Amino acid sequence: MDTGSHDDSYTAPGVRGMVADWAADKQAFDMPWGKLMMWIFLLSDTFIFSIFLTSYMNVRLSATDSWPNASEVFALEIFGHHLPLILIAIMTFVLITSSGTMAMAVNFAYRRDRRKTVWLMAATALLGASFVGMQAFEWTKLIEDGVRPWGNPWGAAQFGSAFFMITGFHGLHVSAGVIYLAIVARKVARGDYEQKGYAIVEIAGLYWHFVDLVWVFIFAFFYLW
Amino acid sequence: MQHTALADQTLELHDPHSFVTKYIWSQDHKVIAIQYGLTAVFVGLVALVLSALMRLQLGFPDTFDFITPGAYLQFVTMHGMIMVIYLLTALLLGGFGNYLIPLMVGARDMVFPYMNMLSYWMYLLSVIILLASFFVPGGPTGAGWTLYPPQAILQGTPGYDWGIILMLVSLAVFIIAFTMGGLNYVTTVLQARTRGMTLMRMPLTIWGIFTATVLGLLAFPALLVSAIMMLLDKTIGTSFFMPALVSLGENLDYTGGSPVLFQHLFWFFGHPEVYIVALPAFGMVSDVLACHARKNIFGYRMMVWAIVAIGGLSFVVWAHHMYVSGMHPAFGFFFATTTLIIAVPTAIKVYNWVLTLWQGNIHLRVPMLFAIGFIFTFIHGGLTGLFLGNVTIDLPLSDTYFVVAHFHMVMGVSPIMVLFAAIYHWYPLITGRMLNDALGKAHFWLTFLGTYAIYLPMHYLGFLGVPRRYFAMGSTDFIPESALSLNASITVSALIVGASQLIFLFNVFWSLRHGEKAPHNPWGATSLEWQTPDVPPKHGNWGPELPTVYRWAYDFSVPGAERDFIAQNEPPDAAHPTSGELGGAS
Ligand code: HEM
Ligand SMILES: [Cu+2]
Repeated sequence: MDTGSHDDSYTAPGVRGMVADWAADKQAFDMPWGKLMMWIFLLSDTFIFSIFLTSYMNVRLSATDSWPNASEVFALEIFGHHLPLILIAIMTFVLITSSGTMAMAVNFAYRRDRRKTVWLMAATALLGASFVGMQAFEWTKLIEDGVRPWGNPWGAAQFGSAFFMITGFHGLHVSAGVIYLAIVARKVARGDYEQKGYAIVEIAGLYWHFVDLVWVFIFAFFYLW
Repeated sequence: MQHTALADQTLELHDPHSFVTKYIWSQDHKVIAIQYGLTAVFVGLVALVLSALMRLQLGFPDTFDFITPGAYLQFVTMHGMIMVIYLLTALLLGGFGNYLIPLMVGARDMVFPYMNMLSYWMYLLSVIILLASFFVPGGPTGAGWTLYPPQAILQGTPGYDWGIILMLVSLAVFIIAFTMGGLNYVTTVLQARTRGMTLMRMPLTIWGIFTATVLGLLAFPALLVSAIMMLLDKTIGTSFFMPALVSLGENLDYTGGSPVLFQHLFWFFGHPEVYIVALPAFGMVSDVLACHARKNIFGYRMMVWAIVAIGGLSFVVWAHHMYVSGMHPAFGFFFATTTLIIAVPTAIKVYNWVLTLWQGNIHLRVPMLFAIGFIFTFIHGGLTGLFLGNVTIDLPLSDTYFVVAHFHMVMGVSPIMVLFAAIYHWYPLITGRMLNDALGKAHFWLTFLGTYAIYLPMHYLGFLGVPRRYFAMGSTDFIPESALSLNASITVSALIVGASQLIFLFNVFWSLRHGEKAPHNPWGATSLEWQTPDVPPKHGNWGPELPTVYRWAYDFSVPGAERDFIAQNEPPDAAHPTSGELGGAS
């Protein structure tokens, strides 16, 4: 290690250079504080969701009653057609679309196109809100069918417990994200970030993409297994 | 990498204007640290009183009518939980982490001071919720600090109704508080170091706190999730952890849940938690030892890697707490092996501490006494850990006083020793006054020797098979009469140790006004926190300009240097080229 403050070893090639670069003074990652903090938070949140899903798998495997058939439970009758998983498919589509609008918002934010940024963020938030709305509809329907956190007509009680707990926790994340996006969008519209720059839009976007990504896993483990 | 993103000037500091914004709704990391510290010490005293009550019952059974079996269990539970979470975690990370990180890496504050402030207030809220459980119907939970279901939420366990709910809610709030603080600590260490402060020049204190915080951010999720699931089991009757049960002749509504799942989740958090309190202590003790031995820490790089390795390994050993719950022998083998592997980096650290003392110019001041005391208690607790890590040895010893002795030595007494060392070491910086030396020495000897008088005999009780968490031993054939006298003697020692903490408290409060004024950098330390323009450091820490760092934190007794230490921000001196070279030889 060099003793002076002007440490140039990070220009060295290979692993040595990489390590020196990473350990260099001031900043380990070339990004704003808030962005790194969001990444670390998401890492922690990843652990939360992973543990939720692992616990779900565990109770599903150790449950004494049989597990209800997801594609039947989550089917809708539309115009006389019996469509398994249709609502979930739409919800998933909506959420993934919202990731697209969010990515565009980030792009326009860095180009300092405030109008488009605000519109795209509003669209993202709306898509998110409609996702939550559809989820509320799904919950209502399941409750009408007799599914409760402590039991259901078709088998293991843990089905309802895990379902309401995990989709509920995810739904809270989406709702929080909608509020977060709304606040940031309002500030963008007011021009609050003209000085500081628009990294905040990207940070909000990170959170939003994460929530979408988590949904894909919940979808796979809950509805497709 | 070009460092353009956040120059010194762009950092907004919210200068406080009134008493309230300066000391109550403060965003200054130093004030927040003191708020954390005082709150943690306060709940810690509650836990200390609870341990005294338990000891009174154990030492002199049938003497104290107000300690019923139920109350005893409540004392055990609250004592354990408060000590581990609300005292040690909060004081080490919320207290010392907050105070030292910005000062030691040369930052003006944490990266998000407002969130840092919220972290404290959430912590206070969690403490209030926790203490509220003493006043609800049924009292606090008596489920043991591990809170194992099904018993934790079933009739028959004290506080099965309100107590356990408040405990779980309080833990959830604590985790939110910790996360807000922890994100700050990690980001500050990674992104806000001053010029020249490379990662490999950071004092080990920062490495310990940093790694522990990362562990916390990854381990607390398991506790949060299990708390949520148990709350649901308790309040709305889900069956995550609850199998079908008959209680008091009645079939309960629960069905098909998995109590062992809770144990896995709890210990996936619980074992890293041990290192969440140990790693900051490892770091701080390294710096105290080097400073008072006037010698560079032995094997700095190895020490850093040992901290990181221990942190990583701590996530793959959790089931060594569950050998008696039953598991596939292959898993028993796996977890025993990983547990013993952790001993390698840990032993490296111990050797390095001892080698740091070797031929050092040792000043036996009070912080140093506590630091050396730590080496003793930690070796003792660590060695018994090697026993318990093996399945066949653990089975007969599990849930006996041998375990109580082990974990008190390794994660109770040892971090406490370092906390005392740290308080005696950094008090002059925090308050601008010196603590009284004679009182400090009395405090050390009473605490250190008293600790041994308490915990050494417990190992023997454990061998005899005296079970843990028992209100009274009753008349059992395998427990001889003499165990009772041993218990009485332990109790007397515990009361003496407890009382001797009053010396410490008196010293801390008395010295605040009457202590000798602290000179600038009284111990001749090299790290940045002692190089601030003002002592105690003012808001913003560094005056107009951030310091620049030229060397690691362990340039003590450098040959040819004019003083026996070279501060991290002293530029390399052309007259003494050797000092510069040694500075890099980490
Ligand atoms: C003078 C200091 C202390 C005394 C006299 C003391 C005494 C005790 C006693 C009598 C028990 C109950 C044993 C049983 O019945 O099973 C206990 C449990 C415990 N103590 Fe301490 N203790 C002290 C300090 C600490 C500290 C500093 C920690 C921090 C880690 C700690 C952590 C625990 C834990 C985790 C338990 C287990 C609680 C449970 O079984 O649920 N103790 N202590
Ligand atoms: Cu462990």
